[in-house]
This record gives sequence, structure tokens and C-alpha cells, in this order.
Amino acid sequence: MEAGTIAVGENASGLRRLRDAVSDHPARTALILLGLLVIVMIAAKGLHQVAETGLSGLSTGSIYALGAVGLTLVYGILKLVNFAHGDFVTLGAYVAYLGNVTWGLPLYVSLILAVIAVAALGVLSERLMWAPMRAKRAGLLQLVLMSIGLAFLIRSLIQFEWGTEVLSLDVNKTATVEFLGLSIGRTQLVTIIIGIIVISAIGLMLRLTLLGKRMRALSDDLDLAETAGINTERIILYTWLFAGGLAGLAGVLAGTILPLQPELGFTLLLAIFAAVLLGGIGDAFGALVGGMVLGLATEWSTLFIDSRWKLAVGFVVLILVLIVRPQGIFGKAKVV
Amino acid sequence: MFSGDPTLLPLAVDWSSLTDSLFLVNVGILAGIYALLALGLQLNAGFTGISNFGQAGFMAIGGYTMAILTVDTGLSFYVSLPLSMLAAIAFGLLVGLPSLRLREDYFAIATLASAEVVRIVAQNAQGLTNGNQGFFCNDDFSRCFDDKWNSISATIIGWLQDLGWSDPEALFPLLLVVMLAVLLVTIALRLTQNTPWGRVLRAVREDQDAARALGKNAFAYKLQSLAISAAIAAIAGWFLALDLATVHPTDFEPLVTFFAYSVLVLGGLANYWGVIAGSAVLWALLEGTRVLKLFPDDADTAALRFAIVGLTLILLMAFRPQGMFGKKEEMVLGD
Repeated sequence: MEAGTIAVGENASGLRRLRDAVSDHPARTALILLGLLVIVMIAAKGLHQVAETGLSGLSTGSIYALGAVGLTLVYGILKLVNFAHGDFVTLGAYVAYLGNVTWGLPLYVSLILAVIAVAALGVLSERLMWAPMRAKRAGLLQLVLMSIGLAFLIRSLIQFEWGTEVLSLDVNKTATVEFLGLSIGRTQLVTIIIGIIVISAIGLMLRLTLLGKRMRALSDDLDLAETAGINTERIILYTWLFAGGLAGLAGVLAGTILPLQPELGFTLLLAIFAAVLLGGIGDAFGALVGGMVLGLATEWSTLFIDSRWKLAVGFVVLILVLIVRPQGIFGKAKVV
Repeated sequence: MFSGDPTLLPLAVDWSSLTDSLFLVNVGILAGIYALLALGLQLNAGFTGISNFGQAGFMAIGGYTMAILTVDTGLSFYVSLPLSMLAAIAFGLLVGLPSLRLREDYFAIATLASAEVVRIVAQNAQGLTNGNQGFFCNDDFSRCFDDKWNSISATIIGWLQDLGWSDPEALFPLLLVVMLAVLLVTIALRLTQNTPWGRVLRAVREDQDAARALGKNAFAYKLQSLAISAAIAAIAGWFLALDLATVHPTDFEPLVTFFAYSVLVLGGLANYWGVIAGSAVLWALLEGTRVLKLFPDDADTAALRFAIVGLTLILLMAFRPQGMFGKKEEMVLGD
């Protein structure tokens, strides 16, 4: 990298200025690129199609974003790459199934049930696994493998209880809502609305409240925050409460759009990771934007390539982000 | 013991008296394949300190390239083997060049994503890989990727029958070859451990900056480690293809990598022979529960596998992160 900077001579200063501008204002650059992309797409495929796939992109994006906020908080504060997060999402969907189909409760009650259950699981995993492992100063690989173990345990529980066949929540997935000449699935619209409201609320909470400030302090430097008199264990428990609850919510919303199967969350996990890295680790608003951008990219890609390749878009974005800008759109270039 | 009448070979008697020898052969082959995968991971995670989570992808490249070259281009089976290994190495370099410069956690995620890209390409590039149908033969079934192997296998079975074993399992030759491969790879890797190259790897693992300060190109060593691991995974890919007689996208899910990591940490980090023990123990656990027939239902059996591997990982990491034979003084997991 240093060699590259030195090699840029005087005659390349225009390019250099552009590069500086890009790295000084990453969000603005991303916005400009996105805007250009949208204009090109509208020119190629027409406004109506772009808008309609865009809407379904936003609903996919909401699910990614909800999953990503929890993952990014845990990742940022505990430096834990939680591979079980996808299975947290799955569990949320299945708990909603338990309430909604098995017990016949209304969906919104089941949703609350799922959020509480997965939040409790988050706190339980913190108490039983992550806190003791932190005390032992466990390394990254050790924690990653442990989270994979937890993922497998949750998945085995789901398979014992509900089997591997595809299930569905008691919700009309085909009902559509029409507005401005666009049609969108009713559950998709609800997902977008819930997603944006909840994540904005969490983002504001992180910016404005004392709890949010403390969380960000932990994310910056856990030991320093502890020295400053913050009750870190308590803040970490709150973090898990949020992470679990949001994962549960993401699972239920995913369950209103997608079929329920034990791999549901795991198939979303890499896309959720991509959203986290795109937004910058530890940044809730970043996770929102990252999730939405990824959802849009995934759905818009179907305008140009076969929708079979949809899943690969998330992975390619993930790899590109890691190569080009590993600190994410909003992240500052630290040691990456 | 082995002298005298060849028909009284204890091995032969032992195998033929076991009613479920097919089952044992199958488990043995799988254990061997996972040992190979985990040997590569041992080189990466145990000796170089890089968390490669893309092993399933390298394995897929090995299996698919071998099959496609043999069937579609009509190359000799023997030529397609090293070529598929080269393909896996090339992919390893492609993945490693950008991602090895990243932090450890980013590298883990990047490799996992790259393996998933391989799997999705295998699933969707139907012209090349036959998609979800799996790859076995060409269109008119006149040439299959395992034709050559089947004739080799028949020859080995002929030898076994000459030795007096009347009815060996059809897959027994594959088991022999897999075991031989595991042994050779283990010995080869073990030999590198005491070479200057192996010492630099460990130096990189312990302290990358210190290794760099001594003038060693840490990045190049990590890249070599990843490429070798990819090549070993490609071998595992051939064997899986030959075992199943098909190459199918679902055989290369991230689960494969996770199971291989379970084998690795069960055997213990920084110990090549431990990998073999780890694979034997894990597969005995996984398949032993199937023999016990605790659950008649297939879904429950599958769930039990997840529970076993999950508990193995959690308990090992919590209470014995060095595994069965890992070296505590070479602990790479903790700080």
C-alpha cells in the first residue's frame, strides 16, 4: 500500500485527488454510485420494473438488516464472530410457528413470543458460554468454533422438535397491496415497515441514550470502558437481549415471506455477514444501510441475470467489500 | 500369525464374519476423507495460524475438475487428477491473494463465502456441472468419470481374491487407497514440520511481525500453506466423488468444513497424527449412534448428528481446547 502511494507521481494527481475524495466521503460516493446504477437500470429496464423489484429488495434487505444489527452489536462489543446467529434467526421463525400454528395464537402474539424466546437464548448463551470463555481469554478460532457448536445444537433442537420438512406460518403470503401502480406482497410491505422502524429506533437509541453510549464505549474498548466505571457485564447482557430479540424478529419476518426449514437462518447468515461488513462492524445504522443495499442488489440482479444466481450476489458483494473496503462504507480505516 | 495357509488370514476372517462390513467400509472411507480435509486445516489453523473456512469449496473444485476433465475433455483419469489438484491450488491462490491480507476473522468469513460461491456455481452452471442432478457421465453415458477407477478397483479386488478373501466389499479397494493417501499426506506434512519451511510457518503463527522482522515474507508463507491445504482438499474431493459415484453440489455445503474442524479440534491442534485419531473418534461417535438405532426416524438421526458435533465443539472449546493430542505449549487458540 505504501509503495503504491509513493509510486503515484505528480501527473497522476487528478486520480489521486479522486481517490482521496472517495475515501474521505465513502457514504457520499456509495450514494452517487447507487444513484448512477439506478439511473442506468431505469434506462435499461423501465421505471416500473426497477421500482417493483426494488420494493421486494427492501423487504429482503429489512430481514438482512435486522439480522445484521444484532450480529454487528455482538461482533463490535465482544469481538465474537457468532456463526450461531443464523440459527437464532431460524429459532425465531420456529417459535413463531409454535405460537401461530400449533397453539393457534395470532401472528403478532407469536412474534412477541419469538422475540422474547430468542432474546432469552441470547442471554442464556452469554451466561453459560461467552462470559466464561471471555474470562478464559479465549482466542478467535476457539470462539468461532464454539459458536458453530451452538449453531449445530440449536439446529438439532429444531430438527428433533419440528423435523426437516418444509413448514409455513399461518399467514397469507400471496396477498398483494397495490399503490402507485406497483404491487408488493402484503407481508413484504409489513416487513419493510417493521424493519425500518425498529432499526431506526435501535440506531437512535445507540446514538442518544446513556445505554447506547455505553454500548458504543464498550465497542471502542471494552477494558477502557470497564476502567471508566461502566458495568460492562450488564451492558453485554443488554447487547445479547437486543441481538437475540432482533434475530428472532428477523426470523419471524422471514417466515412470513419464505418457507420454514432448519437451514433458513444459515442460508441468510452469509448475507447478514455481508451487510455487517458493508455497514462497518459495530455500526447499527451501517447495518441498516448494508442490509438494504444488499437486499436491493440481490433483487435488482434478477433483472439482468437468472434469479437462480440471486444467492451468489450476496457472497460476491461480501468478497468485494472485503477486498476493496474491508472497514465498510462508514467504517474508519483502522487495522483491518 | 500371517504365516501358513492364506485362507486363514485373520483379517479376512474378521471382515467376513462381520455382518455389516459394508457399513464399516463406508464409515472408514468417510473418516479418511474427513481426515484429509482436516489435515489441510491442521496445516492452516494449527501450524500457520490462518482460519481457513473454505475447505468444502476446494474439495468441490477437486472433485468437479477431476470429473469434468475425465468425461468432457476425455483426458486420462491419471492426468485429470493432478490437473484438478492444480485447479484447487489456483483457486486457493485466487482466494488467498486478496483475503490473506485481512484480519483473521475477515479471512474466515471470506473463505467461507468463496466456498459458497463455488457451490452455487456448481448448482447453477448446469452446462458445466449438470446442476442439481449431479455429475457422473457424459450425455450418452458412454464415458463416466469413474470408469478408470472402477477397473482399478476390480483389479485390486482380484488381488484380494487371489489372497483368499472370497467376497470383499466393492468399496474396499477405495478404503485401502484412502487410508494410504491419509497415511502418505500425514507423513509428508509431519516431515515438513521440522524443515526450515515448517519452522517459519510456526513463527508466522506465533508472531507474524517478528517473522517479518527476521526477513521472512509472512504473506507468502501463509499463501503457500493455504495452497497446500487446497490441494489436499482436492484429493479428498476425488475420493468423495469416487465413493458416491457422483459429484453433487449438496456434498460441499459449509457443514463439511465445520465437521472437518470438529475432527481437527477433537484430535488436537498442532498434531498431524491427532487428526487421524480425531476423525476415527468423531465418525465412531456419529455412526455408532446410528448402529444403536436409538431413533428409527431418519430426521431424528440427522438431528442427533448435529447435537453430537455441536456438543463436541462446545465442550472441547470450553474444557479441553487442545483436544486429545494437541500440544498445550503450541496452543494457538487462546491468547
